Amino acid sequence: MTLIRKPLSRRSVLRAGAAGGALLATPTLLTSRAWAQGYLNEPTGSTVTLGFNVPQTGPYADEGADELRAYELAVEHLNGEGDGGMLGTFSSKALKGNGILGKKVEYVTGDTQTKSDAARASAKSMIEKDGAIMITGGSSSGVAVAVQALCQEAGVIFMAGLTHSNDTTGKDKRANGFRHFFNSYMSGAALAPVLKNAYGADRKAYHLTADYNWGYTTEQAVRESTEALGWDTVETVKTPLAATDFSAYITPVLQSDADVLVLNHYGGNMVNSLTNAVQFGLRDKVVNGKNFEIIVPLYSRLMAKGAGANVKGIFGSTNWHWSLQDEGSKAFVRSFGQKYGFPPSQAAHTCYVQALLYADACERAGTFNPCGVVEALEGFEFDGLGNGPTLYRAEDHQCFKDVLVVKGKENPSSEFDLLEIVEVTPVEQVTYAPDHPQFAGGALGSCNSGA
Amino acid sequence: MFGLDKKDTSLFFLVVVLVALAPFLLNPFPENSELAQFNAGYPDLMQRFLIFGIFAIGFNILFGLTGYLSFGHAAFLGVGSYAGVWMMKLLTMNVIPAIFMSVVFAGLFSLLVGYISLRRSGIYFSILTLAFAQMSFSLAYSVLTPITAGETGLQLALDDPRIIGVSAVDGSIPAANLFGLPMRESFELAMGGWLFTFNAGYYLCAVVMLAAFYVAIRIFRSPFGMMLRAVKSNQQRMNFTGVNSKPYTLAAFVISGMYAGLAGGLMVAMDPLAGAERMQWTASGEVVLMTILGGAGTLIGPVLGAGFIKYFENIFSKINDNVLYEWFSALPDGLADVLVFVIHPFIGKGWHLTLGIMFMLIVIFLPGGIMEGIERLGRLFSRKKKSETPSRAAPAPAE
Repeated sequence: MTLIRKPLSRRSVLRAGAAGGALLATPTLLTSRAWAQGYLNEPTGSTVTLGFNVPQTGPYADEGADELRAYELAVEHLNGEGDGGMLGTFSSKALKGNGILGKKVEYVTGDTQTKSDAARASAKSMIEKDGAIMITGGSSSGVAVAVQALCQEAGVIFMAGLTHSNDTTGKDKRANGFRHFFNSYMSGAALAPVLKNAYGADRKAYHLTADYNWGYTTEQAVRESTEALGWDTVETVKTPLAATDFSAYITPVLQSDADVLVLNHYGGNMVNSLTNAVQFGLRDKVVNGKNFEIIVPLYSRLMAKGAGANVKGIFGSTNWHWSLQDEGSKAFVRSFGQKYGFPPSQAAHTCYVQALLYADACERAGTFNPCGVVEALEGFEFDGLGNGPTLYRAEDHQCFKDVLVVKGKENPSSEFDLLEIVEVTPVEQVTYAPDHPQFAGGALGSCNSGA
Repeated sequence: MFGLDKKDTSLFFLVVVLVALAPFLLNPFPENSELAQFNAGYPDLMQRFLIFGIFAIGFNILFGLTGYLSFGHAAFLGVGSYAGVWMMKLLTMNVIPAIFMSVVFAGLFSLLVGYISLRRSGIYFSILTLAFAQMSFSLAYSVLTPITAGETGLQLALDDPRIIGVSAVDGSIPAANLFGLPMRESFELAMGGWLFTFNAGYYLCAVVMLAAFYVAIRIFRSPFGMMLRAVKSNQQRMNFTGVNSKPYTLAAFVISGMYAGLAGGLMVAMDPLAGAERMQWTASGEVVLMTILGGAGTLIGPVLGAGFIKYFENIFSKINDNVLYEWFSALPDGLADVLVFVIHPFIGKGWHLTLGIMFMLIVIFLPGGIMEGIERLGRLFSRKKKSETPSRAAPAPAE
């Protein structure tokens, strides 16, 4: 019987429709994820999907945009396009520029809005809708911790972007989550000796701390390591995260007998508080016979740009800087500069490296299975990615590498050349025991592959 | 049926059918087609549609009926979420205690806020509620860090006690479940090029949302609802006739606070984390937008508004330039570049802009929200000619 006779009659159209409907309604495949696949979102085609979850709106949108650029560059390099960037300098040679495990790398992007809820919604849609096998990105510890927990529950790998709070690999660590970026403790440990050399062992510090989780851990880290040197902490004051005018907090500093001001602020907060402090003439003051000094524990180029001339001579720490002269950094800066026309930020660097490390771990494990990847990354030692020899510690999934102590440049030659490296603090000096009090509590648990 | 008149019964059944078949309806495009980008039929978003639907229904009980514009409803959602996560930390991963306690705590908190705020009306009421919500947000973000975990958001840990449950299952935090049925459990049905996902959590949300919707219909049609409408049309006159309107407005406030708590509890049941941003004024503003967009004072409008906003937030924010280039790959290069350049501001991080434009258009041309649009369409195609319309006109105040 032919279903459709010409000319079309009402009856034949109906018949064809019914037949088509019946065909569609026949379930060709009935699956429940639990048993159909070895693990969640197993890539079965010729491509593999990664999820890049970065802040595209909100206070850290600049960092997010730079992170996204780095990810796009990483995908190019992984797929064998462009000049290969750090693939050439990476100590592990498992990556061949033919995607990951022979599958072409594709990606989806999302907006975290620097809000835990929005970030999780975006990550969930990547996992549930787009079938992403790995989520990476983020520019705030709150978001990193929230998305890390989500990835653990769902059963995919999370490669943290810019997150500096101790908790990410401390009390909130998860088996499926990995952090390449350094943390508050490392900032404190790296800064302290430099501060001692520059400002002496007899100083009185006044802390202004952003009133949220990252602020607390940074204040604690800097306080503990400077107090170990013999510094006094005069006072610690918490400032609201949404504050834009810090003059009310700076005035009491003038009246105290402190001779150092520590600004545990990041992003726009730091730009505003530092500007206020300089406007109040703190840097020209002499207290206890010593010059008044200001310290910013976590620096970024984007912040230095925002604060302009005020950063000159101010110490801080950073994870990476584009002026580093090792082969890895040079290769990365070259390919990033060629593509975008300006040097990458530390956020871009850590995200690029995380993408490469994930891809490499898959290659070495021979699978995308999160548990295999976790095994491949734990205790992995590598070099050539810009920070010197680095270890991904198995106990807390934190990278251990040299930390840079930087200073605002006195005579910047361009709008990107704002920081100069004062010292590269060797990794031994910033290493701590996994059960260090600042990281106490929490447990990795076991890896989850979502099966 | 169920104490509803014929029209409400058919509306209710329409909603039941829509909700039950949402996994099909929201995935109209085959998995591998370019348009799959616009599919919304994945569990997380479908759950969000329903949860924010509940939130908006509850908000509408207060705003739509009494006309009191609360700008702090997100605080109740947040309190509910925190209560829910704490239940999961202390008692069990079963979602029932979490949802129940969310409603209770949100109810208590809204009683406190309502008792104070309802002393004033109009803009003063809005400002009071806004102040309370911002205060709750700030407290949760910093001072109450031991209870709320501050910026990080309150989440489960492996060493939580979970007295009547288990702390950990083979080194992992147990999944949120309903008497053993994990909320994350999904059943996938592939038909031709289509892939439909049926998620346990979604259907739990569906049942709760339908119950909430049913209760809302009953409230709308009850003498109590009539009193609330009277408050909206002229509270002073009501007071002059000797009726004390305060208990009614307070009851409406607490009920809508409990709806918000229920939404918060469900959010936690679907995704066990509570962040302080849930209480921020933007979140409170969002539910106002949802209600106005959908149609304040209508039964189903707020749910549509919630769906509309969540769809934009989750779908449009994920379209990036690469996706655009794929769509336009058939066009000549120059033309594709121009098109991408034109569309670029409206997608990805520009989703707020798109949403804002849509909101303006709807509020300007359809002051009654999406519901008014649907009604106009209905009138356009209805067989009954305009004979009915005059009777639908709003009753003019008898001044």
